[in-house]
Amino acid sequence: MQMKLFIPELLANTVAGFWFPSQGSTVAESVDSVYFFILWVCTFFFVLIVGLMLLFMVKYRHRPGVEAEKTVTHNLTLELSWSVIPTLLTIVMFWIGFTSYLDMRTPPAASYQIDVVAKKWVWAFKYPNGWIESELHIPLDENVTLTMASDDVIHSLWIPAFRTKMDVVPGRYTQEWFKAIPPSDEDGPVKYPLEYPLMCSEYCGTKHSEMVTKVVVHETRGDFDKWLQNAADIHKNKTPIEAGEYFYKSRGCILCHSLDGSIIKGPSFKGLFGSERTFADGTTGIANENYIRQSILEPQAKVVANFPPVMPTFKGQLTDQDITAIIRFIEAQK
Amino acid sequence: MATVVDSSNPKSDFPIQYRELNYLNCTKGWKSWFFTLDHKRIGIMYLIGVTVAFFLGGLFAVLLRTELLSPEKMFLSADGYNQMFTLHGAIMTFLVIIPGVPAAIGNIILPVMLGAKDVAFPRMNLGSFYLWMAGAAFFLAALALGGLDTGWTFYTPYSVTTGTAVRTALLGVFILGFSSIFTGLNFIVTIHTMRPPGMTWFKMPLFLWALYATALIQVLATPVLGITGLLLIVEKTFEIGIFDPRLGGDPVLFQHFFWFYSHPAVYVMILPAMGVISEVIAVHSRKHIFGYRFIAYSSIAIAVFGFLVWGHHMFVSGQSKVVAVVFSAITFSVSIPSAIKVFNWLTTMYKGSIRFTTAMCYALAFLFIFSIGGLTGLFLATLATDIHLHDTYFVVAHFHYVMMGSSLVGLFAAVHHWWPKMTGKMFNEFWGRIACLGVFLGFNLTFFPQFLLGTRGMPRRYYTYLPEFQNLHVMSTCGAYLLGLSSALMAATLIYSVYRGKLAPANPWGGASLEWQCSSPPPHNNFDHPPLAGDPYVMESVVYNEEIGGYVPVECQGANKGSVTASGDNEA
Ligand code: HEM
Ligand SMILES: [Cu+2]
Repeated sequence: MQMKLFIPELLANTVAGFWFPSQGSTVAESVDSVYFFILWVCTFFFVLIVGLMLLFMVKYRHRPGVEAEKTVTHNLTLELSWSVIPTLLTIVMFWIGFTSYLDMRTPPAASYQIDVVAKKWVWAFKYPNGWIESELHIPLDENVTLTMASDDVIHSLWIPAFRTKMDVVPGRYTQEWFKAIPPSDEDGPVKYPLEYPLMCSEYCGTKHSEMVTKVVVHETRGDFDKWLQNAADIHKNKTPIEAGEYFYKSRGCILCHSLDGSIIKGPSFKGLFGSERTFADGTTGIANENYIRQSILEPQAKVVANFPPVMPTFKGQLTDQDITAIIRFIEAQK
Repeated sequence: MATVVDSSNPKSDFPIQYRELNYLNCTKGWKSWFFTLDHKRIGIMYLIGVTVAFFLGGLFAVLLRTELLSPEKMFLSADGYNQMFTLHGAIMTFLVIIPGVPAAIGNIILPVMLGAKDVAFPRMNLGSFYLWMAGAAFFLAALALGGLDTGWTFYTPYSVTTGTAVRTALLGVFILGFSSIFTGLNFIVTIHTMRPPGMTWFKMPLFLWALYATALIQVLATPVLGITGLLLIVEKTFEIGIFDPRLGGDPVLFQHFFWFYSHPAVYVMILPAMGVISEVIAVHSRKHIFGYRFIAYSSIAIAVFGFLVWGHHMFVSGQSKVVAVVFSAITFSVSIPSAIKVFNWLTTMYKGSIRFTTAMCYALAFLFIFSIGGLTGLFLATLATDIHLHDTYFVVAHFHYVMMGSSLVGLFAAVHHWWPKMTGKMFNEFWGRIACLGVFLGFNLTFFPQFLLGTRGMPRRYYTYLPEFQNLHVMSTCGAYLLGLSSALMAATLIYSVYRGKLAPANPWGGASLEWQCSSPPPHNNFDHPPLAGDPYVMESVVYNEEIGGYVPVECQGANKGSVTASGDNEA
């Protein structure tokens, strides 16, 4: 915020819309002002360099009969000034970048905790009451800290509107925090809940570019709590098949298992229930409730022949009730 | 331009311009090339290899850009796209840009610039070329064995778990590393031991300083890449936990190792190009280079600081905050030597007599593009902004501005500058300049929109994207087509000149360094007698001669004798 000093506010706002998505978090403001400070310094030097270059190109272009003029071949004052002035400017850049970085990377003590598990190619956001959702819902004006872990390879959680990003690394926890702010209402009244894209920015394989979901910002803590309660009550509000379909879509089964018989990465769910399966080790079995349950919790135990053993486990992420709903949903795919 | 004076006339006052028997035709048959120890022939073979790799990598780039015309699938599968950007990046980095200026141009020019007969270890030099070929073969094998889909960065644990030909490609990288080390070692020893009488360190052309600094990095950093690749192969083959957390390894360790090489490697790519620009701007402006010592020292400074900043690729990797802060601070220090060079080049042009030859046009394009490339590095060195920009199209744009727009444009400048020397032929300047204009416009159209894509929220390595980004992607793709066509035009112009071009004089542009003293193309041994070296930037030591169509030493210019005074500096 202190960076506002560097640029006239009006100018900054119009230019900001050209370069950036709208500012959705507190850090967005300070990141953008650091960006614009550097941008102005760079523009100055770029215009200086290219301006001089063009000037010399015109003025000193070769003309018949005119030879190059002999000039001095070094000048300590010049050399020092174009070493020292840029150095001083980069020190300023470093400093303002460093101070707002510290803000970005120090989660406030009082903040709402959400656990994140990333895996190829879905996000799972786990709320304090145990509910898991594939979209990130948060309240406005409240500090939120994400504690993130990965089930497989490195991912990275980026919310462009919040100007924040952090890798999600297997084998360790990383953290990312932000506080959503109301967007400017220049283009008419703001409608809640707000929605922003959230994406994986560290390359993670085939469907890296589909590891995109959204952040949903609720206007008040009350709205947010209401949403959470409702969502968590899925088994009450929905039939098992509907609930199963919800999990199928939100937990990422859909990425590898089709409903129309086509093969994506894993077997299709069409006509799966009750059919006979042949496994990689040559044994066979019927796809009944227990088989499906085991496939979800211990996917590597029985891998269908000719499929790679790539399915991640969902242990601890789906309750028994959830799994029952999924089984009913699969059963319905005739 | 008048015809070239026949060299065989011993009474001529002029230095020999052309010899019937030169390095290109002194021996014949494929064996005389494949087993040659002549640095110039090895350099030519490198140049051909690099060009073929460049067009292959370029073909991949055009296919990638075509796919990105639409936010949804066009004609490639997701896996196909991922493999293509991986091979594009790996080929362009390891097979084109790293060997481009040092191994191809450096090999041909460095010994001649030193007035030497060859590099210090000619056999090792040939070995380096064969290693390059072997490395390239491994890359092609990786392509045939199911491709490679890790990105050129091979990040773990993805690279440990993917089923593609990671090991084959890593072996290729390992072998290419040796090729690079051999070249570097050769150059270091050659520069130390084979400088001619009169050439002190500070009388060396700046291109040699740049190659020297580059060689230091090649020799010191490349082994780390080699061993990292081997560790990854071992981990993948024997399931030993080094980088994969499933086995108890640390994936971030891999990033440290990788960038410990790959950041210095970006200076392997840019330093030689900077050296080229120092030569081209001075010669084609007919001016003594300005700030010689600052340019020379800044090459060394870049090489040294370049080893201390690798962590700036890992600001969001989970490394500690303190480490990130230290790396950010040191990163700024590498930008200063680059700034110093740019200002010295500009001042060199001041009061010059600037010839807009094709080589000079590429050098001017370099100045424009490198300014953007270097300045955008500042946004990435700054912690707060890099958090947003890391792994987006902004980074993609930044490094294409420095790698494609600067390193490769520097290579193009070098090729045009030394083409008459290498081939003995003059190319068509008109078509050369048209191609240069096309490269310049096409390049900026391709990559400038990518800065905006990045700040607005487009991650890199995305096969599909949000529809709001389509316009910028379409612009970028149009630029890529123009860039591709212009590069083809450039190649066509040059190749045409080999068959139909006019014979080149020994010194077509008026350079004062030693390579312009021997005939074009040089004879097998370069010089009959070791030449005496003076200040390589005293452009007044040569004057234009109508009859020859090139420059001759001022003391030979009969008519002008006495009227043009050679600078005293020249007599070493
Ligand atoms: C003025 C000097 C420069 C500065 C301050 C600078 C700074 C940076 C920084 C901080 C990054 C990391 C960005 C990120 O991943 O978030 C980066 C990426 C990169 N830079 Fe530079 N850079 C400079 C010049 C160059 C030059 C001269 C080259 C090569 C010729 C180069 C090649 C690259 C490459 C290849 C990457 C990204 C590699 C990847 O992630 O695939 N940079 N630069
Ligand atoms: Cu770097």
